[in-house]
Amino acid sequence: MEFTENIVGRKIPKKINGRKLQPFMGLGQYTMPTHKAATRIRRRLSGETKLLQSIDEAIEKSELKSGMTISFHHHFRGGDNLMNLVIKKIAEKGIKNITLAPSSIHPVHAPLVKYVEDGTITNICCGVTGPVGDAISRGKLKGILTVRSHGGRARSIEDGDCRIDVAFIGAPTADEFGNLNGVDGKQACGPLGYMVPDAQFADMVIAVTNNLVPFPCNNIFINQNHVDYVVKIKEPIGNPDGIVSGTTRITRDPIRLGIAKTCVKVIEGSGLLKDRFSFQSGAGGITLAVTKFLSERMKDLDIKGSFGMGGSTSALVEMLESGLFTRILDVQAFDKVAIQSLKNNPNHIGIGASQYANIHSSGAAVNVLDTVVLGATEVDINFNVNVVTESDGRILHGIGGHQDTSEGAKLTIVALPLLRGRNPVIIDRVTTVTSPGMNIDVVVTDYGVAVNPECKFYNKLMKLKGINYMKIEELRDIAYELVGGAPDPIPFEERIVAIIEHRDGTILDVVCQIKE
Amino acid sequence: MSKDVKIVKRTIEDVTKIRRTRLYIPGNNPAMIRNAPLFGADQVIFDLEDGVAINQKDSARILVRNALKSLNFGETEVTVRINPLGTEFFEDDLKEIIPTKPYAIVLPKAETHKQILQICDKIAAFEERNGMPIGTIKLAPIIESALGVLQAEQIALASDRIVGISPGGEDLTADLGAERTIEGEELLYIRSKLLLAARGAGVQVYDTVYTNVRDNVGLLLQTKKIIRLGYDGKACIHPSQIELIHKSFMPTEAQIERAERIIGAYKIAQEQGVGVICVDNKMIDVPVVKRSERILKRAEAGRRK
Repeated sequence: MEFTENIVGRKIPKKINGRKLQPFMGLGQYTMPTHKAATRIRRRLSGETKLLQSIDEAIEKSELKSGMTISFHHHFRGGDNLMNLVIKKIAEKGIKNITLAPSSIHPVHAPLVKYVEDGTITNICCGVTGPVGDAISRGKLKGILTVRSHGGRARSIEDGDCRIDVAFIGAPTADEFGNLNGVDGKQACGPLGYMVPDAQFADMVIAVTNNLVPFPCNNIFINQNHVDYVVKIKEPIGNPDGIVSGTTRITRDPIRLGIAKTCVKVIEGSGLLKDRFSFQSGAGGITLAVTKFLSERMKDLDIKGSFGMGGSTSALVEMLESGLFTRILDVQAFDKVAIQSLKNNPNHIGIGASQYANIHSSGAAVNVLDTVVLGATEVDINFNVNVVTESDGRILHGIGGHQDTSEGAKLTIVALPLLRGRNPVIIDRVTTVTSPGMNIDVVVTDYGVAVNPECKFYNKLMKLKGINYMKIEELRDIAYELVGGAPDPIPFEERIVAIIEHRDGTILDVVCQIKE
Repeated sequence: MSKDVKIVKRTIEDVTKIRRTRLYIPGNNPAMIRNAPLFGADQVIFDLEDGVAINQKDSARILVRNALKSLNFGETEVTVRINPLGTEFFEDDLKEIIPTKPYAIVLPKAETHKQILQICDKIAAFEERNGMPIGTIKLAPIIESALGVLQAEQIALASDRIVGISPGGEDLTADLGAERTIEGEELLYIRSKLLLAARGAGVQVYDTVYTNVRDNVGLLLQTKKIIRLGYDGKACIHPSQIELIHKSFMPTEAQIERAERIIGAYKIAQEQGVGVICVDNKMIDVPVVKRSERILKRAEAGRRK
């Protein structure tokens, strides 16, 4: 295998599984395609029905064959039943060699491991959490896993890098003509943002619902133009308990609260916290606390922000309702309050994955983001971030919007405790580069704050009082000292099991099979 | 005792240092021990006594010993609460902990002058054995019984190692047969008596913990009360209590401004050899200067964390 080195110092094979790989070159440095993929022309004549009675019938109508690519969304998160259901049926029909390209795979999809092992699924394109990722790390997938960010996935579908043959869209509510609504029905999950590129670009789009309503339904998120068939089934496509939490509680852990407070000080110190401020929040422990402290600070300073971006949570909705933001832009909702807000508040706007984060579009919302606070599994002394592989080398997480928001936002903060269990989080070299260090401005930990010397707010931030600034190497030294030294390198096999794409389609890194 | 034994005396700093918060950390909780300097408490107390189950005593002692040997706790003052005299763990606790040089030993169930002397002898023996000057390790007795309260003056005066004393709320109320209330009148006499005993001996006095970690209103109420009584600090059982206690100890802007003027005027008066000075038409004497110094010290600490 021939390799080249990309600009973050990772060896990238020139070709893998028939695909020519372009190494990551930095923002805007690669040659991009000139046109998006063309979509299939559809025709529905008056009187033709779209309604089907079963998954089996839908698979037959879709003309799904061995070797094709199928997709699903992950808006049902831990409550998703649809992907397991459909793939079981596909396997029963003897269809093999499927490329599975959902927006994410979760622990609830553990039953898919069997279909990876028996060759029903041979390639996967998406972020993976849980047992499927573990199986891939152990070399069970015959082909390769391509990990993309949310924006990168939208780009790959629209550019034609990832051609979806059949998209199965779990719809909380649908009408018989194929209008889909995400906010009503038992499986209400909020926006169906990650499925918008699939609906627009897949050759065949099949909506599956438990809640069929007479045409036309309201709160249409994906419209009839894109949907070939609507299947109403009795088996639940999602378990509401796994889809949304009630309201997420802010952590009481004083260490995490301390990190969150420091983040708010850094945001304020950058000068970005002024009227028309925009911010992306997450649902994680620290970022949720950042949202809370940021709200308090905005109230104190009487600042009226412009928009908050989701993954939306009740905390973000509260900011909208108390006038701290005028709009929420929302690609997915995490709790019931957020879903209700999307449904009822015209200032809570659902958006698709491309509008959110596609670099190959004339306007991704991440580009107008002032600041984002993100997590990480590892950060290295070059500020490169790993969110995909664990410290034992296994693939256990997706990238989500990390790459997209970190590249788009003016100020990107990575907030995390210096140690996770007994593992140092700031290290010499991350196991896998999933967001390049050039996009990370500040790393906030419980032991101190490191500012990337390349950060455009560097001088301003360094003048900020009351922050325990350290060089990132010093943070690494503390971490190593606390755990008794640098961790031993993780033993890997030679075989590459996954490639990590940058959001522009070039390659940031590869992941090898773990040694057992 | 050989002739070349060194002795260190208690300093002014030992009995005036800012100790608004003293955070208890169970001696068998490695994550919390590791994070000890991050919580922002002025002092941490690694607990080998009530916070540790009887079958964990040995492992907690070893963990705390090793943590003190190998970790850097920065500006946070580190103390260890050992098991009381008369328990099977007492001697081992001292033997393992003294060589690691914590700032002080927090001594539970202090009851008599004699008992303090006995314990100080033990500590001295371990200090000498480890080549440390006698008096290196300070002592902070907790008075947890009716008998102890009655002997508070003698306890506070018993040794030059003592930097502060404190009441033990739960054990004390149990011993008295009182009920614990948010208002705290059952402990008012005791708190006052301990304050007098401490000041009489020239040492600090720290309040007991507020046990309901979710009740910030009650914690605030109690903390304000003990500050008014004259207490130097309060123990915490959860790190989330620290910030609120620090805020309570923060003097007001008016207090700070006045204290600065008093100290300024006092310095000038000293330089010029003037005996009596006035600020805001009020005579300023040494006690007022001392109080102003304390206000400024607290203000400075409050600005830091």
